[in-house]
Formats: sequence, C-alpha cells, structure tokens
Amino acid sequence: MTARNNFSATMGNRVNASFSQRRKWTQRLGFTGLTLATLATVTPILLIIIHIFSSGLPGISWPFLIEFPREGMRAGGILPAIIGTFWLTLGTAVFSVPLGIGAAIYLSEYASENRWTRAIRIAIINLAGIPSIVYGLFGLGLFVIFLRLGTSILAGSMTLAIMTLPVIISTTEEALRAVPNSFRVVSISLGGTRWQTIRRVVLPQALPGILTGVVLGLERAAGETAPILFTVAAFYLPRLPSSVFDATMALPYHLFVISTQVPGMPIQIQYGTAVVLLTFVLLMNITATVIRSWARARRQW
Amino acid sequence: MKTGGFKEIFITSLIKVCGYSAIIFVGMIFIFLIKEGSPALVRVSLENFLQIRWYPIEDRFGILPLIGGSLIVTAGAAIFSVPLGLASAVYIAEVTPRWAREILKPLVEILGGLPSVMLGFIGILVIIPALREALNLPTGLTAFAGSLILGGMAIPTIVSVAEDALDAVPKTYREAALAMGATRWQTIWRVTLPAAKSGVLTAVMLGVGRAIGETMTVMMVTGNAAVFPTGLGALFKPVRTMTATIAAEMGEVASGSTHYHVLFFIGIVLFLISLTVNLIAASVVFRQRKRAERILS
Repeated sequence: MTARNNFSATMGNRVNASFSQRRKWTQRLGFTGLTLATLATVTPILLIIIHIFSSGLPGISWPFLIEFPREGMRAGGILPAIIGTFWLTLGTAVFSVPLGIGAAIYLSEYASENRWTRAIRIAIINLAGIPSIVYGLFGLGLFVIFLRLGTSILAGSMTLAIMTLPVIISTTEEALRAVPNSFRVVSISLGGTRWQTIRRVVLPQALPGILTGVVLGLERAAGETAPILFTVAAFYLPRLPSSVFDATMALPYHLFVISTQVPGMPIQIQYGTAVVLLTFVLLMNITATVIRSWARARRQW
Repeated sequence: MKTGGFKEIFITSLIKVCGYSAIIFVGMIFIFLIKEGSPALVRVSLENFLQIRWYPIEDRFGILPLIGGSLIVTAGAAIFSVPLGLASAVYIAEVTPRWAREILKPLVEILGGLPSVMLGFIGILVIIPALREALNLPTGLTAFAGSLILGGMAIPTIVSVAEDALDAVPKTYREAALAMGATRWQTIWRVTLPAAKSGVLTAVMLGVGRAIGETMTVMMVTGNAAVFPTGLGALFKPVRTMTATIAAEMGEVASGSTHYHVLFFIGIVLFLISLTVNLIAASVVFRQRKRAERILS
C-alpha cells in the first residue's frame, strides 16, 4: 500500500515536472518569437534612417540649401522647396492650432457627455481616418474651385489644417484632462470665471502637452504629399512665392517629382532632398519627445 | 460661479463653434465629394462602371480593377502588418522591461511619422531592385512591393492602439492569473489578450484602414497597371489602386469633364470605406468605455 502510494506520488511529481518543463519551454519559445517580431519591426526603421543619412549627407552643401534648381532640376539646390514647406507648415499652424485647441477646450471643459458630444468624437475619429488623397479632392473642390482661391498656399494650408485637426484636438484634450480638477475648483472658488480659470490656470498647466500635440500634428502636415497635389504644389517655379495666393514647391512633392517624373536625375540630389525632408520631420519628432519628457519630469502633480 | 458678462459669453460661443467644427468638416467633405462626384453616375452607365477595363481616354471607366488593386495590396499589407504589429505590441506591453519600452515606443512612432513619399522613394531605390533580383521578376513594381511597404506603414497604428488596449487591462487580472500558477506566457494568451480583445481588433481595423487610404507610396511602387487581379499570382504583377488613380490622373483632367467626376466618385468610395471602418472602430471604443463605467460604478 505504502509502496504504491509512494509510486504514484513519484509519478505525479515526474508528470508535474515535465509539465512545468514544457510550460517553461513554451514560454521561452514564445518570448523569443515576440522578440524576433519586434526586431523585425524596429530594425528596418533604423536601417531606413541610416541609409538615407549615409547616402544623402555627402550631397548636402550650403549651395544645395540656398540655391534654385538649375538645368531642369538636375543641378543646383532646392531652396524653393524648403521655403515652400516652411510656409505651408506655418500656414497649417495658423488655421489648425487655434481651431484645434478651441475644440479640445470645448470637449474637455465645457461639453457634457451627451449625444452631441459623442457625435463630435465620432467625427474626429472619422477625420483622422479619411485617406489623405480624399482631403486633396476636398481641398480642390472647396478651396481651389468653389472659393476660387486657385492652387495657392492658402488653399493648401487650409486643406492640411483640416487633416491635422484630429491629432491636435485629441492630444490637447488629453493634456487638458490631465490637469487635476482641484486646480479648477480653487480658481473658481477664488472668484474666477470659467474662461479665466481656463486661460490662467488650466492652459498654462497643460501647455507642454498641447505643444507636443501641435508639433506632432504639424510633422504630419509637413511630410504629406497627397493633399497638396491639386491644391498648392508646383512642379517647378523659377521664383519664390510672393503671397499666400501663389502656388509653391514643397519638399515632399519635390522628392516625388525628382524620383519618378524626371528622367536622368542625379542620385545625389534625390538623396540630398530626402535627407532635408527627413531632418525636418525628425527634428519635429524629437522636439515633441523632448517637450513631453521635460514636462513629465517637471510636473508637480 | 461668476458668469463674467459679454466677453465670457462671446468666448464661450467661439469655443463651442470650434468644438463642433469636426462635425462641420466631415459634413462638408461629404457634401463636396457628392457635389463633384455624383454627376459621374448620370454620365457613366452602371455597366461601364462594372467592367474590368479602366481606360478613360476611350470613356471606359471600369472601377473593378482599381478596387481589386486596392484590395490585393491591402490584403498583402495585412498579412505582414497584423502578426508583426500585434507581436510587437504584446512584446512592448507585456514582456519588455520599462526602460526598453521607453526606447521602442518612440522608435515605432518615428516610423509612423515618416512621410509616405520617403518610403516610396526608398521603395523605388532599394526594395524594387532587390525584389526583382530575389524573385526573378520582369519588374519589381508589383502589388507585393506595395504590400510590403504599406504593411510597414500600418504597423505603428496597430502597435500603438493595441499597446494602449493591453496597457488598459487591470493589473489585478494578471496578478490573479500568476497567483494561480500560470506562467507569464499563459497569462498573456489566456487572460490579457482576451481581456483586450476589442481594443486589439480596433487596432487591426485602423491599421488596415490606413493601408487602404495610403496614396503616394502605392503610386510610386506598384507599377500602376489597371489590370484586374486574379488569383495569387497577381500579387507579383503591377496593379493600380483607387488612391493612386486619383493622384495620378486628377492633375491632368479638365475640371468638369466626365473623367474628373469619375475620379471624385472614386473619392466617395474611399470616403465610405474609411467611414465604415472608423464607425465600427468607434462603436467598439464607446462600448468598451460604457463597460468600464459599469464596472467602476
């Protein structure tokens, strides 16, 4: 009897041991798989960035940045594209920042959770998902043709601004909501109105979060090509735009043009343009990350 | 609370207008697409739309090859991006220590911020020649190349949405499973992932939705041949998507021509696809929030 009990106990232990062995191996195998998958996701990103910088940096020179293209864009610099992207990004900010922050203030500070607020949220989710080329069509239909703005910086900026709105609204709202409610209660109990509370207490506290959102939104606008195809982008212009009603060249569209539309384009100029665009975008991305971590470290609540 | 007079009322109504702007813009986008796109339905017969030849110069507006092109490129992108994106999300949320997470997340976000035209550029110069050599194809400009790059572009969306969903699963769920003797691997598979199911589904939908709408990359790397894709072999032939067709042809058509209206009509189709995807995703998000509120109250 005892012997048999002993026997079954040992058997049980052995079964248990091999079972837990197997579980351990499954876990090890699974985690290895996950690690490999993550590596497969992350490595190409680094490779792309390294490849562009290592192939393009030798072609970057001062004249490349401050000269006009020459000889059918096969020589010279890319100044008009750089200036154009700068104006477009600025124009996008002019329209999308006040509107986006206003909308976020409404959602976080004024709106009650009712059907209309839900409709606004659904509309924002939809705006974020509309394909960029459809924004291009919309900009063409409304700004260029219906409002007769023509292909102009104004039309392009407004198109990009609407596309950027969802990013700015959702990040700003998150930043506003993160401000503790006690801040608002104190301000109002001291006799502040609602707007005074928002303006002097909530907005300053949420500023770093809002800036992060704005920079991320503008980063997207700066790199987009499809929305500006029919609303502002010019293939080649021999001069800089002189007003908001002029068309302009832009970095992303220029990269598209010289890598697909112009035969016999020197590879140096293509990679050089890619480096400038990538630097533009990465700088904005790093700015956003730095603001975010700086604010997190400094926050007292 | 003090109300603060005229200025306060003015600012409050201004903010309210900003709040409703998102609804106004979605409505305006739809109205202008309908305004410019609906004449296509009058001028082009249904049979013309539903043929398999897209040849606008001869007034042949078969949109089936374009829809087929979009579908095959997107399906290919999903095959790459869904497993890789979800695995990365699980790894970042559940396996890796905190410090590695702080490096991996921003890196994936950088991929999301890379301009699509730049990925197309890399596609033309690096991926296309490599594909042609490796697979011994007559041209590397294929649906497969598009799928590969679009998959990469969908990954950041999938990772960040799925990671958020996994992160939102209460810690107590995991602790309970571990206390019962489950390994971390079992906890992930049988507890955390099922609990985050709806968020993970949303991630997949939003990622795939982004792939359907992507324009510049596909235009640059898929070869743009409007051929109706049949079977798996089509993945290794040139295709043309709806987005690329609009981008490539709108610049050259006369405003008000039939071709112009048809391109806007394709825009309506794209708009409706993204609307459907996002409405479903939104309803999942709202249902989740409601359930969370029920548990909390």
